[in-house]
Amino acid sequence: MAIFVDENTKVIYQGLTGSQGRFYGLLNRDYGTKVVAGTNPRKAGTDVEGIPVFATVGEAVEATGATASCIFIPAPGVRDAVIEAAEGGVKFIVCITEGVPAHDEAWFYNKLRRDFPDVRLLGPNCPGIISPGKCNIGITAGHIAKPPAPGEKAVGIVSRSGTLTYQALYELKLNDIAVSTCVGIGGDPVPGTSFIDCLEAFEADPDTHAVMMFGEIGGSAEEEAAEFIKSKMTKPVVSYIAGVTAPPGKKMGHAGAIVSGGKGTAQAKMDALRDAGAKVGLNPTEASQLMVEVVRNL
Amino acid sequence: MDLFEYQGKQFFARYGIPVSPGEVVSTVDEAVAAAERLGYPVVVKAQVQVGGRGKAGGIKLAGDAEETRTHARNILGMDIKGHTVELLWIEKASDIAEEYYASFTLDRSVKKHLGMLSAKGGVDIEAVAAEDPDAIAKIWVDPVDGLTEEQARAWVEAAKLNPRATEGAVDVLLKLYRAYVEGDADLVEINPLILKPTGEVHALDAKVTLDGNAVFRHPDYEQYDATQVRDERERAAHEKGLQYVGLDGYVGVIANGAGLAMSTVDIVNQVGGKPANFLDIGGGASADVMAGALEVINNDPNVRSILINIFGGITKGEEVANGIVTALGRVQIDVPIVIRLDGTNADLGREILKPHLSDKLQMQPTMLDAAKTAVALAGK
Repeated sequence: MAIFVDENTKVIYQGLTGSQGRFYGLLNRDYGTKVVAGTNPRKAGTDVEGIPVFATVGEAVEATGATASCIFIPAPGVRDAVIEAAEGGVKFIVCITEGVPAHDEAWFYNKLRRDFPDVRLLGPNCPGIISPGKCNIGITAGHIAKPPAPGEKAVGIVSRSGTLTYQALYELKLNDIAVSTCVGIGGDPVPGTSFIDCLEAFEADPDTHAVMMFGEIGGSAEEEAAEFIKSKMTKPVVSYIAGVTAPPGKKMGHAGAIVSGGKGTAQAKMDALRDAGAKVGLNPTEASQLMVEVVRNL
Repeated sequence: MDLFEYQGKQFFARYGIPVSPGEVVSTVDEAVAAAERLGYPVVVKAQVQVGGRGKAGGIKLAGDAEETRTHARNILGMDIKGHTVELLWIEKASDIAEEYYASFTLDRSVKKHLGMLSAKGGVDIEAVAAEDPDAIAKIWVDPVDGLTEEQARAWVEAAKLNPRATEGAVDVLLKLYRAYVEGDADLVEINPLILKPTGEVHALDAKVTLDGNAVFRHPDYEQYDATQVRDERERAAHEKGLQYVGLDGYVGVIANGAGLAMSTVDIVNQVGGKPANFLDIGGGASADVMAGALEVINNDPNVRSILINIFGGITKGEEVANGIVTALGRVQIDVPIVIRLDGTNADLGREILKPHLSDKLQMQPTMLDAAKTAVALAGK
C-alpha cells in the first residue's frame, strides 16, 4: 500500500503539450506511472508519443477512466484548470505550477471544499507525489527513492520543500531505507493538502511504519501538525525545520516562508514538534540519521 | 510588494475609499509648494516601509510655510529603523474625533480571509492584540462568498465603534474588501481609520502589500516593483531573476531550491559562520544561471568565501558540474569556493570538477563538511 496514489492510479496531464508538461509527463510514464491522457482544447485528437490528447478533463476521464490529474498549466490558467479537473471527475489533483496568486489559491481551496468535498488537491507550487516503484506524479527524480520490497518496513515523507524532499529520499536510499509514499505539499500560503492530511493517511497506511516531516518557517502548519502528532499518531515521526536563522520579514524563496509579527519561527515549530514526541534534526542529514535509527529499532 | 503610504492611498482611492488630498515630494521646496496648494494645516509624513514613523519623529503637523519647511528639512534624510527617508507625503490635515483600526489578510491556518476591526486604532495593533484581545473584532470571510453588507454591519457592531461611524465604516470596509480581493493584496491595513467630527469615516493611513504573483492581472503593478526597497545586491539579483535575500555575514551561499538554500544558510550558522545571503538558483543550475549567481555574490564586498550546494534531481550531476565549470570560466572569482554536489550522477559530476580543484576551489561530500570548510576559508 501507499497513500493517495499507487500502481492503479491513472493520470491525466493538463498541459501535456507544453514543454514542462511533456518533459515530466513522459518521464513519469517511463517511471511506470499510468499516464493515460493529456488535455489541450486546441490539440484535441492528437497525441504526445502515444498519449492521447483530449479537449477537456471531462472527456479524458470518460475515455480513459482516469482518477487523477497533474497540472502543468501556467499560473494565470491554474484557477480554471483546478475547477475543470474537479468538474471533469478526477479525485486527486496535483498542481505543480508555481507563482499562482494567493487569492486564487484561497478561492479554489474553499470552492473544492464546498462543491467537491471528495476531491483532494496537492499543491500548487509543489514537486508532486511519488509512491516508489508504483507511481510518480510530478517533478521528483524517481530513481532517488527506494521502493519497499514485500514486507519491508517503509518510511512516509511529507515536506513543504522540493529539494529538501529529494535530499531526504536520497539519504534514506543511501542508508537502504525504503519509502512508501513521499508527498511534497508545496511552499505556498494555501496548500491544498496539509501536513495533517498526510500524517493522518500515513498513520492509517499499514505499509508506512514511520514518518519524516520536513517543514519550514512561516505560518502555523507545523505547529498544527505537532498537535496532531501528539494526540493522534502512534507511528514515530522525525522532523526537520528549515529557516532557523532566517531574518523576520524576509521571504525566503517560498511565498509562504516568512516570519512575520514574531510568528512562524523555526524555533517555535521545533519546540512544538519535540513537545509532541517527534525527533527533530538540526539539518536534513541529521534528520535522516535519526530516521535510520528509528527504522532499525522498528 | 510593499507599497509606500502614498501609493497605498492612491490604491485605496481607486476603490473609492476616502483618503485625504495630498502630494508626494522629494525636496523641501516641493514640500512647501505642495502645502501652499493644499492649504494649511498640512501633515508632513515620512514615506518609509516600516512601522513606528510617528514615534521616530517622521510625522509632523505644519500650520504655515515656515513650519512645513522646517519639518520637511528635518524629516528628509532621516533614518527610521534603517530606512532613509527620501520621499515625503504632504497631506491636508484632518480633524479627528476617534481613531479605529481595520485590515484584511489571509488566515493561513483557517484558509479564509481574516478581517480585523477595532475601536482602539492609531496604536500598534499587536500591542492591542496582546493586552486587550477582545478589543479586536474578527471576521472570517469565505473567498467564494465574499463579504456581504449584512456581515459588515454585524462586524462593525461587534467592534463597538461609535454608532455615528456605522454607515461610513460599513461602506469603507466593503470597499476595502473589494480592494483586497480585486487588487490581489496580501494585506490591506488602515491604521488609523478615523471618524471626523463631521461624521465621515476616512483612511488616514494606508499599508498595502500586493501579491507579486498577480502582476499578470495588473500590468500597472510593475511601477511598484521599481520602488521596492532593496539593497544593491538584492537589486542586482532581482534583475537577473534570482531569488536572493541579503544577509549581513561573509559566506556567500548558492543552492538550488528554496528549502535547500534556507537549510544551507542554517548550516553555515550552525558551524559558527555568518551567511552573506540566501540565493536560490532554482532547479536547473545551468551555466547562465550559475554565472549570474556568482556575479551577484562576487560583487558583495563582505563575501570572503562561497558555498555552492547543489542537489541534482532531474538535472544530472554532470550537467550541474559542467554549468559550474563554464560559469567559473566566465566570472573572475577572487575568494575561495567550496562545492557540495550530491544526488543524481553526483559521481560523474565530481569527476568533471576534479581537474579544476585547487586551494581556491574545493569539494566536500556533505553539506556539513562543505559549510565547515567554507567558514574556515572565510576566516583566513
